[in-house]
Amino acid sequence: MTVMTYADAAKAALAEEMRRDPLVWAVGEDLGRGGVFGQYKGLVEEFGSERISDAPISEAAIMGASVGAAMAGTRPVVEMRFADFALCAVDELVNQAAKARYMLGGQTNVPMVIREPMGIWRSSAAQHSQSLESWYTHIPGLVVVVPSTPADNKGLLKSAIRSDDPVVYLEHKNIWGIKGEVPDEDILLPFGKARIEREGADISIVSWSAQLHVASEAAENLQTKGISAEVIDLRTLWPWDKEAVFSSVEKTGRLLVTHESVSVGGFGAEIAATVSEHMFKALKHPVRRCAAPRVPISYAPPLEDMIRVTATNIVDVATIMMDSGN
Amino acid sequence: MVLRYDVIAKEIFLSSSIPLNLDIERYFNHHKMMNRIRAFEETAATANADGLVLGAIHLSIGQEAIASGVCQNLEKDDFLLSTHRGHGHTLAKGANPQSMMLELLGRRGGICKGKGGSMHIADFSVGMLGANGVVSANINIASGAAHAIKLKGGNNISCCIFGDGAINRGPFLEGLNWAGVFKLPVLFVCEKNGFASTTVTEAMTSGEGGKQRAQSLGIPAEEVDGNDIVEVDECVRQNIEEIRSGGGPRFILCNTYRLHGHTASDPALYREQKDVDEAWRNDPISKCRDLLKNAGVLDEDLEGHQTDALSEMRAIYDEAKQAPWPELQLAYEDVQDSGDPREEAF
Ligand SMILES: Cc1ncc(C[n+]2csc(CCOP(=O)(O)OP(=O)(O)O)c2C)c(N)n1
Ligand SMILES: [Mg+2]
Repeated sequence: MTVMTYADAAKAALAEEMRRDPLVWAVGEDLGRGGVFGQYKGLVEEFGSERISDAPISEAAIMGASVGAAMAGTRPVVEMRFADFALCAVDELVNQAAKARYMLGGQTNVPMVIREPMGIWRSSAAQHSQSLESWYTHIPGLVVVVPSTPADNKGLLKSAIRSDDPVVYLEHKNIWGIKGEVPDEDILLPFGKARIEREGADISIVSWSAQLHVASEAAENLQTKGISAEVIDLRTLWPWDKEAVFSSVEKTGRLLVTHESVSVGGFGAEIAATVSEHMFKALKHPVRRCAAPRVPISYAPPLEDMIRVTATNIVDVATIMMDSGN
Repeated sequence: MVLRYDVIAKEIFLSSSIPLNLDIERYFNHHKMMNRIRAFEETAATANADGLVLGAIHLSIGQEAIASGVCQNLEKDDFLLSTHRGHGHTLAKGANPQSMMLELLGRRGGICKGKGGSMHIADFSVGMLGANGVVSANINIASGAAHAIKLKGGNNISCCIFGDGAINRGPFLEGLNWAGVFKLPVLFVCEKNGFASTTVTEAMTSGEGGKQRAQSLGIPAEEVDGNDIVEVDECVRQNIEEIRSGGGPRFILCNTYRLHGHTASDPALYREQKDVDEAWRNDPISKCRDLLKNAGVLDEDLEGHQTDALSEMRAIYDEAKQAPWPELQLAYEDVQDSGDPREEAF
C-alpha cells in the first residue's frame, strides 16, 4: 500500500498499463506538459511523445481519431480535459464509438477509455462544472465509471484500459488531491461491483464520485442523531450493482440516492424506479433523491453553493424519512 | 480472362498519340469492376423498388471510376473508410457482393449480420472499416486508423472517401489537420458529384472548395476528372506511393456527377433533365469502354463485362430474396461486454 492522491493513483494505473501493453497510448490537449490537472505529469518522459500525445484543440478529432485507432488495433486513452468539452465530440462518442461494434455486426470493438474530468470545482461556472454521467448511461454500448477514492481510481482505470468496450471514465475535479491508501499491485476492479463504504441498519444512502464523500459525512452526522446509515458507493453506473442496492434496502427498508448532478433525469431516478419495481414491499418509505436543482452552475461562490447538495441536506431528508416511516 | 484484341484497331491505337505505355490489362480490369459496381447498384435499385430493401440506399451510378480507381489501388491490409454512398467502394475493396446484398435486404448472412444495412456496410476481412451514416464522420476515424498504423509501425495506409458536402462539417477541418500534424499515411478522396442531397453543393460552400481547403492545411492536393479512369488511377497510384514512402497525407478531388437521385427513390426533380442527359454523355464506363475499344480490345469482351456483371448481381439478388431473416437473439448481441442489455426492458 502507498498513500497517494486520486490524481496520482490514476497516473500509476495508466503507467502500469502502458508498461504492460505497448498498444496503450494516451492523447489529449497539453498532455506533454502533464495535462491541465497534472494527472499525466512525468509520463511523457517515460513513454515519449508518441504514446503520451499532445493534440490540437479538436475534441471531435481526439475522440474520432481514437475510434479509428481503436478499430485499427490500438487502445487509446482519450483525455477530454473537462467533461463539458466532450460535448464537442458527441457524434464521435455516441454515434461512432458506442455503435460500431453493434452496427458492423460484431466485426470490431472499440476499446477506448474516455477520461472526462467533471463536477463542481470552485467558481468554474456553467461550462466547466457539469456532471453529465446519467446521459451516458442512456447509451447502449458505453460503460460508465465514476470513481470516488484513490484506490478505486487505480483499480477502475486499469480495468477500463483492459476493457474491450468504450468506457466513459468520469473523474471528479474536486477530489484530484484527496489522499488514500492504494494497493501497489496489479489491482483490477470489476465493473458493476459496488463498495459498501459504511455499514448501517436504518437507511441506505447510495452515491458515487465526489458526492460519496458528502454522503459519508451525512452518515457520520446521522450517527450522532442515533440513525445508522449504510453508505454504498456504486463505482460504476453501467453496469450498476443492483444486487448491492437491493440487499441493503432489504435490510434497511429506506433508500436515499444522492448525486451532484441535476435531479431531473439523473441516475438517481433510474435507481429509484428499479428499486420501486423490484422491492416495493420492502420499502418503509418512498425512495428519495437529494440532487441538484435544474439550473446551470453559477460562478459566484454563494450562488454556486446554493445548488450544491450538502451533508445537511442529506441529513434533513434522511431524518424525515426515519420520522415518517412506519 | 485473357485479353483478346482486334488486331487492326490495336495497330491504329499503337500508332496514335494516346500514351503508348497505357497498361491495357489494368483498365480492362477497371472496366470489369466498374461494370460490376453499376450492376450491383442497378440491382439494389430494383430490390429497393421491389420493396425488399427497406432503408434508404444511395447509389453511386456515374461515380464508378472513383471507386475502382481508388480502391483497386489499395492493398488488402490498407484501411478504407467510406460514406453512405459506399457500395462501390466496398465492392472494389474486395468485399463479397453476396453478403453485401444480404445486408441490404437485412437477411441472414448479411455482412453485418443484418444490423447495419446499406449505410453501415463494412468488411474488416478486406480492410473495409465501414461506410457511415453520419456525413463527414469517417474523416476523423480514417485519420485515427492511420494513427494506429503509425504507432504500430506498419507500411499500410488509410484511405477515406467522402462527398463534396462533407467538407462543410467540422471533421473535415479537424481530421485533415490531425493527419497533417501527425504526418499520417492517409489518402483523402473527395467525390465532387455536384450535390449534397437535394442541394447544389457549391451554393452552400464558401471559397474555392475542398482542394484549396486541404492545401491551406498544408496537405498536397490534386484535382482530377473523376469520370476518367486513367486520370483517377494514375493520380491515386502516385499519391499512394508518396504516402507509403512516408510523405504524409494527400488529398485528391475527383470531379464527377451523381447520375441518379440522392437516394434510390429520389426522382431528383430539382435539376434540369438536360444537365442529366449531358452528364450521361460523360459516363465513366462508356468512356473506359471507348478507350479500350480504341486500343483494340474486342468489343464483345467489353460487352461481356456488362452482361456478366448483370447476371452475377441478379443471381445474388435472387438468392438473397430466399434467405431467412436473422436469428432474433442477434438483437441482443454485440452491444458490449459489460452489463446485460436485456435488463430493465419491457
Ligand atoms: C451529419 C449529417 N447531416 C446530414 C445528413 C443527411 N445526409 C445524408 S447524405 C447527405 C448529403 C451528403 O452530400 P455529400 O457529402 O456531397 O455526399 P453525396 O451524397 O453527394 O455522395 C445528407 C445531408 C447526415 N447523414 N449526416
Ligand atoms: Mg455530393
